[in-house]
Amino acid sequence: MNNSFLILIPLLPFIGFLINGIFRNQLSKGAVSILACGSLLVSFVLSIIYFTQVQQGATISVHYFDFIDVSNLYIPFAFTLDALSALFLLIITGVGFLIHVYSTSYMHNEAAPHYARYFAYLNLFIFSMLLLVLGSNYVILFIGWEGVGLCSYLLIGYWYTNTSYTAAARKAFVMNRIGDLAFLIALFWLFNSTGTLTFTQLFNADVLARLTAADVTGITLLLFVGATGKSAQLPLYTWLPDAMAGPTPVSALIHAATMVTAGIYMIVRSSALYTAPGSAITNEVITYIGLATAVIAASIAVQQNDIKKVLAYSTVSQLGFMFIALGTGAYTAAVFHVMTHAFFKALLFLGSGSVIHAMGGEQDITKMGGLRKAMPITYITFLIGCIAIAGIPPLSGFFSKDAILLSAFMHNKVLYAIAIFAALLTAYYMFRLLFLTFNGAFRGTQHQREHLHESPTAITVPLIILAILAVIAGFAGIPEVIAHGYNKLDAFLLQANITNKVHEAISHTTEYTLMALSTVLVLIAIAVAYVLNKQVKTTANTGLAKVLEHKWYVDELYQKIIISPIQALASFFAKIIEKLGIDGAVNGVGKMVQASSRQLRLLQSGQIGIYLILMVLGLIFSVMMGIYKFVF
Amino acid sequence: MIPVLLITIPLLAGILAFVLKQYSKHLAWLASLATLGVMLYAIMVPHCSCNNAYTAAWLPSLGASFTVGLSGVGTVLCLLTAFTFPLIYLGTSERKYDNESSFFALMLLSQAGLMGVFVAMDGLLFYFFWEIALIPVYFLCSIWGGSKRIAASFKFFIYTFLGSLFMLIALIYLSNQTLGNPSFALQDLYALKLSIKQQGYIFSALFVAFAIKMPIFPLHTWQPAAYNQAPTAVTMVLSAVMVKMGLLGIIRWLIPIVPDATALASKAVMVFSIIGIIYASLIAMKQDNLKKLVAYSSIAHMGLMCAALFTQNNLGVQGAVGQMFHHGINILGLWIVLDIIERKTGIKHMSALGGLAKVAPNLAIYLTIIALANIALPLTNAFVGEFLMLSALYQYNIWMAAAAGVAVILSAVYTLSMIQKVFYGSTNVITTTVSDISLNEKATLIIIILFILIMGIYSTPMYHIMNTDASLTLITKP
Repeated sequence: MNNSFLILIPLLPFIGFLINGIFRNQLSKGAVSILACGSLLVSFVLSIIYFTQVQQGATISVHYFDFIDVSNLYIPFAFTLDALSALFLLIITGVGFLIHVYSTSYMHNEAAPHYARYFAYLNLFIFSMLLLVLGSNYVILFIGWEGVGLCSYLLIGYWYTNTSYTAAARKAFVMNRIGDLAFLIALFWLFNSTGTLTFTQLFNADVLARLTAADVTGITLLLFVGATGKSAQLPLYTWLPDAMAGPTPVSALIHAATMVTAGIYMIVRSSALYTAPGSAITNEVITYIGLATAVIAASIAVQQNDIKKVLAYSTVSQLGFMFIALGTGAYTAAVFHVMTHAFFKALLFLGSGSVIHAMGGEQDITKMGGLRKAMPITYITFLIGCIAIAGIPPLSGFFSKDAILLSAFMHNKVLYAIAIFAALLTAYYMFRLLFLTFNGAFRGTQHQREHLHESPTAITVPLIILAILAVIAGFAGIPEVIAHGYNKLDAFLLQANITNKVHEAISHTTEYTLMALSTVLVLIAIAVAYVLNKQVKTTANTGLAKVLEHKWYVDELYQKIIISPIQALASFFAKIIEKLGIDGAVNGVGKMVQASSRQLRLLQSGQIGIYLILMVLGLIFSVMMGIYKFVF
Repeated sequence: MIPVLLITIPLLAGILAFVLKQYSKHLAWLASLATLGVMLYAIMVPHCSCNNAYTAAWLPSLGASFTVGLSGVGTVLCLLTAFTFPLIYLGTSERKYDNESSFFALMLLSQAGLMGVFVAMDGLLFYFFWEIALIPVYFLCSIWGGSKRIAASFKFFIYTFLGSLFMLIALIYLSNQTLGNPSFALQDLYALKLSIKQQGYIFSALFVAFAIKMPIFPLHTWQPAAYNQAPTAVTMVLSAVMVKMGLLGIIRWLIPIVPDATALASKAVMVFSIIGIIYASLIAMKQDNLKKLVAYSSIAHMGLMCAALFTQNNLGVQGAVGQMFHHGINILGLWIVLDIIERKTGIKHMSALGGLAKVAPNLAIYLTIIALANIALPLTNAFVGEFLMLSALYQYNIWMAAAAGVAVILSAVYTLSMIQKVFYGSTNVITTTVSDISLNEKATLIIIILFILIMGIYSTPMYHIMNTDASLTLITKP
């Protein structure tokens, strides 16, 4: 297919955004849905066509115009499509399309202009995400990077009359921006040392050789800080659970399946930097931040009762696993887990939306129970999602998580043991969620009981498709030990020059033992979840459970050690330095002199003006002399 | 001929408005659109001989001549001025003024003064226009301003007047150092060979005048008071265009004349600017008064431009010049929205507002886009400028870039919290009655948003305009 159609992939959702946004008061809901879903469907079809071309070995580059051309800084607005971006295109447009369809039913109660606004935001998000993965240089990537942050802000605060929702939106944007600053500085550093920000120019041995080991360490660390913001890792993860204020399909699309994987994409894209001399320290940092995030988030999820909060912390924890993969050099395993996670986490979130819908907006799992009978499709698909994320063979989560755990094992045995522990927590909290929601007796109100129903087809069909994908997606990356030459994903990503760190070989027996071990342990964790959650706990939590319920008090800690001091400093500047100090010196002294001179009658005019003139003159003079003395 | 027209059209219209005492609003419209037309012609036909510099005898005994010309930075700022005035008239067309003829006459005079500052190629002429631009604004503030207008405009006047006094002394001193007869001509001043001691004194005197104008911490306290008290149309002139006089001064009248002093002082100036960025951003977080919030936000932005200029790095200087234009457009948009809000509700404080998105959705969308440009989101106009400036600061010193970059985070904090307090949440007694915006206001805001997006996506042509400026080549180090 002609390269000129590539632009349509992001452009169509963008046009959808423009039309739905501008004509939101005129368009009917039906027209909005057709436009939003239709534009994305065409993008998806185009993505498949281009994917097959890339599969045959093509790399497509298209230059559109010069975005920046000042002095020696040249940033073209150009796209590059290789194996990595082609895979992400499929995930974004495919899962995105299913979520659009789902939303047509989930949001049907919204008034038409708001319905249009919702779909305009969703389309804008898809556009930004596509820009992010198609960009041929870091600046275009950054445009998409900030764009998804903006859309996340708009969608979290979609119900803008609720102040706590808009506060959550603001928190998400600001936390992302902290990471973005690090990202920007990394770009300046990279440009200053190499003279280019275009991937193809940058990632060749000659150009990379211009970087010293210290450069590599600094740049990779800063890029990683950027990734911690977008991909919700320690210490910048706390925005993601709060982001659940947005409509549930948004949580599925943005805060589980796509946007949060942007950090993973960026680091995989930069894998040439992350394997260059000097990157060893960064990789250790990434591994252990990933590990800590995986464990801490999983531990919090164990004690949450809000169905979406459990899934949100689960996402944070799963992203932690992906960073373990990145840190230990298993780039394809990270991408593999991005893909399988996109399927099963979108499935779980959409399933939770189906449940919330049926429960009339209730999100507390302690007030649910026994939904299995009323909602069979939701139940079975949710169960499949739980099995997939828990990592039971042969569902997709098993293969991708196994690849990560294997890489952790070869890196360090202790790392492996702790990662397995996080995986067990995952199985435990997911099945706790499943049992409390779908098993046992119904604990809601009589009114809710009468209204329980299976969701309409626009909701169940996406669930079924995602469930099928969650079952089969793992076969794209069957490990070498099981079937030689069947790891299609690794072979595909090799085309984009993405290769894993080579470890010394381990025996097949060890590999099989590890798989069996993790499977048995996961099954035990599920059994424990079943036994412990037959009944809802009614007593208040104490000790560690209370700490976990309160999310390790991290938000409170940030408030105390970061936000409050900054606020205090700002108040000090605004109220003391500015009012009494700088301006006070100008206004106040004039008045004081006036007051005292009235007695002495030294100056007959007594006009404030003269003193003001004198004081400003004095201030100007002292600044002038200050500069002169300081410098010369 | 074009540089002369840029000054004379608004000047004559202003005088005519004073004399006729009527039709002044029409005159203002006509003159500002004519100026815009002339300016657009100059841009579209860059090789036209009409763009050439124009010289006439003025005060030969003093060595001063009437020399005006359009070049790089000046062109960008003239273009900004030419766009700003019609947009101001359109955006504030619902406002009524007592003694309308004087109001618009003074607006026209200040436009003439501003154009003069940007095209003057003679030191004394530059000073002359500098004051011409200032005095009408002083009267506009003190006659049509808010309840505390006298104190605010007096403070504004004192600061800027005293600052320009030092500038005048420095310029006279410089003109006497030229070879042969005294001369204020720009190229003669560029040719001066001053000792480092002389340069030091000249630098201090000129820099103070320009720093007050921008303003740079700690000479900034006239600004929030003036922005808060001046009538909105005047605040727009002040913040969109007038503050840029200081930056132009640095580019054209400071660094090339005293390069050695600049080299010694630039680090100190940058440190001051960056302190100012963080200081103003933090204070902006604490403002409840919307106008003061925008004022402090503007101080932070100007601080970044000043710091970027003093890197003397090509990226930073061009980024700063581009940003002068973008900042002007964006802050104009902000003031228009705030003026609409104030006019509809009578409220200046965010805490008394809320829920406006529900009753005025269009207004909410427009302000959000402008606010996003204010925080330099990619694909809005300010992004490329900020990227270039921070990049140049990085090349100077990584920690300076990081410190200035903190403003990237803080600006998101105060800007988003403004949107949240004004537009989100539920409506109260006053805000429920608000209606959405009128056609004129809508048109103004749409024009501004088109500027934001078009310049955000494709800004390369504007950066090419600047490359022609001789002063720019002088102030950038290879």
